[in-house]
Amino acid sequence: MKRNDKQAGKPVLKLITCAVAGASALGLASVAQAQQTLNIVSWGGAYTMSQQKAYHEPWMEQTGDEIINLDRSGNALAGLRAQSQAGNVTWDLVDMLPADAMIACAEGLIEPLDHDELLADAPDGTPPSEDFVDGALGECFVASIVYSNIVAFNTEMFPEDNQPSTIADVFDVENFPGKRTLLRKPINNLEWALVADGVAPEDVYDVLETEEGIQRAFAKLDTIKDHVIWWEEGAQPPQLLADQEVAFGSAYNGRIFNAMVSENQPFEIIWDAQVFELDGWVVPTGKLDKVKDYLHFATDTQRLADQAQYISYGPARYSSSDLVSVHAETGIDMMPHMPTFPPNFATAIQKDDEFWADYNDELTQRFDAWLAQ
Amino acid sequence: MSQSPSVPLTTADGVPLKTSLRRAVRRSKVKAFLLVSPLLLFLGIAFVMPIVEMLWRSVDNPEVSTQLSRTVTALEGWNGDALPDEPVFAALVEDLREGQAARNLGLLSSRLNYEKSGMRSAINRTARQLRAVEPPFREALIEINDTWGELETWRLIQREATPYTLSYYLAAVDRQLTPMGEIVQVPDHLKVHVGLFWRTFWMSAVITGLTLLLGYPIAFLLTSLPLRHSNLLMILVLLPFWTSLLVRTTTWIAILQSQGVLNDVMVALGVIADEARWQMIHNKAGTIIAMTHILLPFMILPLYSVMKTIPPSYMRAARSLGGKPFLSFRRVYFPLTIPGIAAGGILVFILSIGYYITPALVGGQSGRFITNYIAYHMQTSLNWGLAAAIASILLFVVIVFYMVFNRLIGVDKVKLG
Repeated sequence: MKRNDKQAGKPVLKLITCAVAGASALGLASVAQAQQTLNIVSWGGAYTMSQQKAYHEPWMEQTGDEIINLDRSGNALAGLRAQSQAGNVTWDLVDMLPADAMIACAEGLIEPLDHDELLADAPDGTPPSEDFVDGALGECFVASIVYSNIVAFNTEMFPEDNQPSTIADVFDVENFPGKRTLLRKPINNLEWALVADGVAPEDVYDVLETEEGIQRAFAKLDTIKDHVIWWEEGAQPPQLLADQEVAFGSAYNGRIFNAMVSENQPFEIIWDAQVFELDGWVVPTGKLDKVKDYLHFATDTQRLADQAQYISYGPARYSSSDLVSVHAETGIDMMPHMPTFPPNFATAIQKDDEFWADYNDELTQRFDAWLAQ
Repeated sequence: MSQSPSVPLTTADGVPLKTSLRRAVRRSKVKAFLLVSPLLLFLGIAFVMPIVEMLWRSVDNPEVSTQLSRTVTALEGWNGDALPDEPVFAALVEDLREGQAARNLGLLSSRLNYEKSGMRSAINRTARQLRAVEPPFREALIEINDTWGELETWRLIQREATPYTLSYYLAAVDRQLTPMGEIVQVPDHLKVHVGLFWRTFWMSAVITGLTLLLGYPIAFLLTSLPLRHSNLLMILVLLPFWTSLLVRTTTWIAILQSQGVLNDVMVALGVIADEARWQMIHNKAGTIIAMTHILLPFMILPLYSVMKTIPPSYMRAARSLGGKPFLSFRRVYFPLTIPGIAAGGILVFILSIGYYITPALVGGQSGRFITNYIAYHMQTSLNWGLAAAIASILLFVVIVFYMVFNRLIGVDKVKLG
């Protein structure tokens, strides 16, 4: 009898165990689907921090996903190509410049995006294709910010009645003595050299497409060559300016803003002839399903406006501009620090990605040879 | 008395001794091989394969021949004197349509852009507008982008249609092919690599000389001081050797920069004026100082291991035979240390030729090496073929140095500790 009882009891027990195991397995599966890990590649520093606060943290709170930041955007194209050739793409979403995105897109490394399908409408119902600024939506690219390459100076290194204000002043070592630090690449420097030499900002790329234009730009750079320390990492110019190693430094406007506001450095930005460009997201091939919900969230109107509380880069959506408010830490008004603020924007140059896609290799080689002379 | 040769020696179980010995030797050989096979496998995967891959990449040229296969076929027999005919343009349209659909035109356009700036946008822009293109294709394509109307473009496509190319090697030594197929130097304003190669070699030689000059007395002290002191000295040599390379490099930045420790001290002492601070970093001097310090242990340790084996009695003998100190050093001690000098020298020289991070951080513009350019082509310009070609040339130079060294000194004389 006893033995029979036991045997009779066993299947029941088994059934229960099975049911429990099955249920928990199902439960686990559904949880696992919601709680995935996203490897997001970006630029690091203050910029990644602004993304963390504006998009990552709210998203992780909402969904329970885990987001891992990788500071690899500096070499994102090389990384994407290497991962794709190795057949093991580990990045889920990459922050990248539109020029690199064009190349990656042509190589099939990243997904083409249907913007109106994937992205959120503006609060008033405007579709994304009309809500994003010009050039913000590439075949495989969606911009999140507008940032700017500017030259900044340390106000303490010039007398109060003789502070520089234009890009021509940067090339004027007589009236504005002191070392300059510039990016060790032809990009921006050639544009600025031409503007300082009298070319109108809107004609810069037409002039640069001619051999005479290139010679003219290099000749102008020759005049300050002996006064330049060349930088390669974005963190260098604010540091060199703060140490008074240099009087002028070309930099990303957000870094200078950060040093001015958070570290009280006596810096001033020369907005004249700022070279602005976009920066935003691309999705590595095969990752679209995994990240499309996040992408939808991170590029909506409110998120882009939120990001501007943490860093002085302009949102890439028109509908976000009106929502830009004050700096999260210090409470100062962000608007005058935005590249797109009208007084700052008067003589702005939009970086010509196609020009640089064509001529960057050759001009970089020429620039290096010029440096070595 | 002696055993007849026809009766072979046998072991206890009757197997001929010779066979038994051979078996034993083979068994131990197999064992030894099995023991080193993980290492061999590791070397094969981590060392030999990457080098082979690098060499292969420096000549590999698949882009034009595979992605423009129809165009290349249509171009066969074209003599290059006048623009090709309509069938070639039609073939190009078909190739580009296919590439656009498969989204793999990027590598092709990059490849051609290395040889001729403007090809990237020519191909990409044309591919985007192909949907609206109708025959005659020749006029239509030239309308989209006038690059297609240039003879040079078509000669380039014809030239690069081979599956292997020397273009990367030519570019690595500042040469190029003319449309006529002659090898010429690139214009002066584009010359970069040869100068960097030379700079890398002479600066490495200077660094090697300096480490020898500084390291020789230290190694001598290490062998001649009483044990208590020499141990302390050894620790002073090894401590920086064990410290992170980045820490040592950045320390030099803190010391040498114009607002740095050394300049501050000299200004405070009145040696130099505040406005005339020395520029000791972000130039050649910075690279030489920092690398000499970083590579010093690689000179001291081989020297030390050789000097340790020289009995002190040799010098005493030389002195007692009437040699003045310098003469006995030059005639007796110094020749005995040459294997150490050679080992340290070749080690430091080869290491500095391949050094990358220190010149990048403290070299500024004038103190950077060819290795920094390899990194640039790997990470930024993504011209991996050119990076591979430059790296292969470096590898070749190192092998030549090694062979010359082997001929002159003999590798077997080298002791590394």
